[in-house]
Amino acid sequence: MRLLVFLAFLLFTLPAQAVEVQRVVSKGGIEAWLVEDHTNPMLALRFAFRGGAGLDPKGKEGLTTLAASTMDEGAENLDSRAFQTRLEELALTLRFEAGRDGFHGRVKTLAKHRDEAFRLLRLALTQPRFDDEPVERIRAQIQARLRRESTDPDEVASKALFAALFPGHAYARPVDGTEESLSTVTRDDLRAFVTRRIARDNLVIGVVGDVTPAQLAILLDETFGSLPTKASSWALPDTTAPAKGATIVRDLDVAQSSIRFAQRGPLRKDPDFYTAFVLNHILGGGSFNSRLYQEVREERGLAYSVGSYLYPFDHAGLWLGSAGTANARVGETLSVVTAEWSLMAEKGIGATELEDAKRYLTGSFPLRFSSSDRIARTLVAMQLDDLGVDYLDKRNGYIEAVTLEQVNALAKDLLDPARLTWVVVGKPDGINGTKK
Amino acid sequence: MFTRSLLLALLALTLAFRAEAKIFDPETFHLANGMQVVVVSNHRAPVVTHMVWYKVGAADEPPGKSGIAHFLEHLMFKGTEAFGPGVFSQTVARNGGRENAFTGHDYTGYYQTIAKDRLETVMRMEADRMRGLVLEADIIEPERQVVLEERRQRVDNEPSAVLREHVSAALYLNHPYRIPIIGWDHEVAALSVEDILAFYRRWYAPANAILVVAGDITAEELRPLAETYYGTLPQVDVATRARPTEPPQKAARTVEFRHERVGQPSWSRIFPAPSHQSGDSRSAYALEVLSEALGGTATSRLYRSLVIDKRLAVSAGVHYDGDRMGPAEFTVYASPRPGVSLEDLEAAVEAELAAVLAEGIDEAAIERARAGLLADAVYARDSLSAGARMLGAALARGLDVEHVETWPERIEAVTKAEVDAAARIVIHPGRAVTARLLPAGKEG
Repeated sequence: MRLLVFLAFLLFTLPAQAVEVQRVVSKGGIEAWLVEDHTNPMLALRFAFRGGAGLDPKGKEGLTTLAASTMDEGAENLDSRAFQTRLEELALTLRFEAGRDGFHGRVKTLAKHRDEAFRLLRLALTQPRFDDEPVERIRAQIQARLRRESTDPDEVASKALFAALFPGHAYARPVDGTEESLSTVTRDDLRAFVTRRIARDNLVIGVVGDVTPAQLAILLDETFGSLPTKASSWALPDTTAPAKGATIVRDLDVAQSSIRFAQRGPLRKDPDFYTAFVLNHILGGGSFNSRLYQEVREERGLAYSVGSYLYPFDHAGLWLGSAGTANARVGETLSVVTAEWSLMAEKGIGATELEDAKRYLTGSFPLRFSSSDRIARTLVAMQLDDLGVDYLDKRNGYIEAVTLEQVNALAKDLLDPARLTWVVVGKPDGINGTKK
Repeated sequence: MFTRSLLLALLALTLAFRAEAKIFDPETFHLANGMQVVVVSNHRAPVVTHMVWYKVGAADEPPGKSGIAHFLEHLMFKGTEAFGPGVFSQTVARNGGRENAFTGHDYTGYYQTIAKDRLETVMRMEADRMRGLVLEADIIEPERQVVLEERRQRVDNEPSAVLREHVSAALYLNHPYRIPIIGWDHEVAALSVEDILAFYRRWYAPANAILVVAGDITAEELRPLAETYYGTLPQVDVATRARPTEPPQKAARTVEFRHERVGQPSWSRIFPAPSHQSGDSRSAYALEVLSEALGGTATSRLYRSLVIDKRLAVSAGVHYDGDRMGPAEFTVYASPRPGVSLEDLEAAVEAELAAVLAEGIDEAAIERARAGLLADAVYARDSLSAGARMLGAALARGLDVEHVETWPERIEAVTKAEVDAAARIVIHPGRAVTARLLPAGKEG
């Protein structure tokens, strides 16, 4: 009982005490969520524009990635070298990154260089130069990375899995594109990307650190106020993983096969998301006690890494898993995972498992707030997923509210080994699959 | 993602170590049994990171027993008399804690991050497993398979990691850094319960351990807990770390690996270098600044010359870690653009290094390097666990708190003359190892 008493304490005071979220709206109507913290003279900013690599035109896959990697390579009258030198002189981090559903950015700065950091961000967002030299250089770097990944079993497996799960949908296409598709992206494409995708109506912002709401409001208008009001409209269709699974084998001369498996999972907005979250923790989630970890790794020594994860994209929910095992033991590993998947669907979980999972998931929640940047990232995710400004206070309550009946009903309803699509990359023994 | 283990943690430590500063302001004291305690207060959230570092790593293994330090690290989760198999991790998880462990050449560490009011629970269990580990053959066998799978995943599946093992074996004529942390496959396969327990009993003891607690706690609060749980462990004499040392290196070596799964070739040259504790250690601070200015950033000399101006490479840079106990490595690396041979790339790198030796490093570049390093001190203080990681690593390697705390001022004091002199000390192609990674069947 002592633990439960402590839990109640953790549940409601810890996140709020650690992190108090304020909604800041500038005169110009730009909104940011702020955690004010003056203990350290620095500031972390994260932001995202909805709409990511999934919107890359067919044949120009990798456009969003190339834009993300070149927008910090010169802007306005600063060429690549001048821009990068300025960042280094002030010890600023300013970076962009492409996701399937969003275009993300982050800035980390000492408080004393705050104004200049936001000015450089504004230049990068509104007047990127896309000069030939940096565009060609960065394109070559991404292509080199793709060549490296083309023989990496984990990368090959992930790409093959998404291609198999979502045929015909944008999610089937690789976020970074291919060597060929990248080679077709022009400077005009990059300029069009900025014009169409970087706008105020698809923007969310999270800020943590040494800044007051009043100071931030002014910076928001200066930095984001001149962006177009609206991004170009877009629509990605919703999709779902196939109802009937398959096993795909890709030959690669490696000592250890890389295994990926996935089936349909919940969307973030689904009412049973938290139920699935708790269920996944018990099945294969992030501690040393999950069933997959125990059965595959601890009991049998079949793998170093094994686990399962929920991937709630904007237009598809995935329940994904991975493992790596010696070629000779692939068959056994697949059998063990399949058996655990079935067992969970048929028998569900027990009350103690549920209680343990809740204790971990609620108790460890505040540990995520380990740095300003991590907290800022959470603030952005909360807005992208429409979780509400009071989410940090409510989140553990959502976990606590999950019942044994809900978990077991969901397991029965959703988990089904016949739905699993498997990809094995290596020289596996003991399985029958389609060679692709 | 789990990493109950080594390379990722090592990478994090290496990256983070740059960022230390006279800024953590730790308190430190010793228990009667010789265990050192370090407290880094950070009251942002009621959370603590609890770490125990052992002053033993893969470079302290007996001959023929490679991988034993790392295998033991895995087995430390297998239970004691007091807490049976699985209880440790179950208890940490039930208390909402996160945990992991890591092994390097110079140290082994265990940690939990957890709400402050659960600290006592993990201290009790961590202290217990310092002397109370129970191992039997049927417990270690599945875990041996896990370690061998870890090796397949990290090394055998990665051509660059295979090459790295061969480079280390060439680079060190005698020092145990030549042996991989994870161990050689055939030696890991042969380690016995007796081997492992002997290693454990020899090195896992209070006088060879450092307790580091960072977060919402003071030394005054921690001291009674440390005395209750760790202070009651018996004092045990521990062996001193006596490692074979390196003779003077006289010959250049080239190691080439061609493999069909090399999608992108790469080239590097590893110069044996002093560290803060090995060789001409006075130049270690200057080498840190040199490495940043020469190849640490997007405006660094090598990147600008090879990647931007000459367009020969997709990447180029320098890596140097001066904090190792033994000899350090000053690594210059580059990866070619399509159509550029490794020979042409090598010639261009050599020309650039020759120019650096002739002209010295630009004062403005040194200034930028210092600004970046000093700002990282502020960023490091922002992280809940960075202070614990940096202090623990330094102490486990035989450095002291002062080394960590005075690092920014020592970096600030480095002059251009010292940087140029450090370059002349280290950059000697005649005794370096050159590593070439190429696709199978093609001429480089």
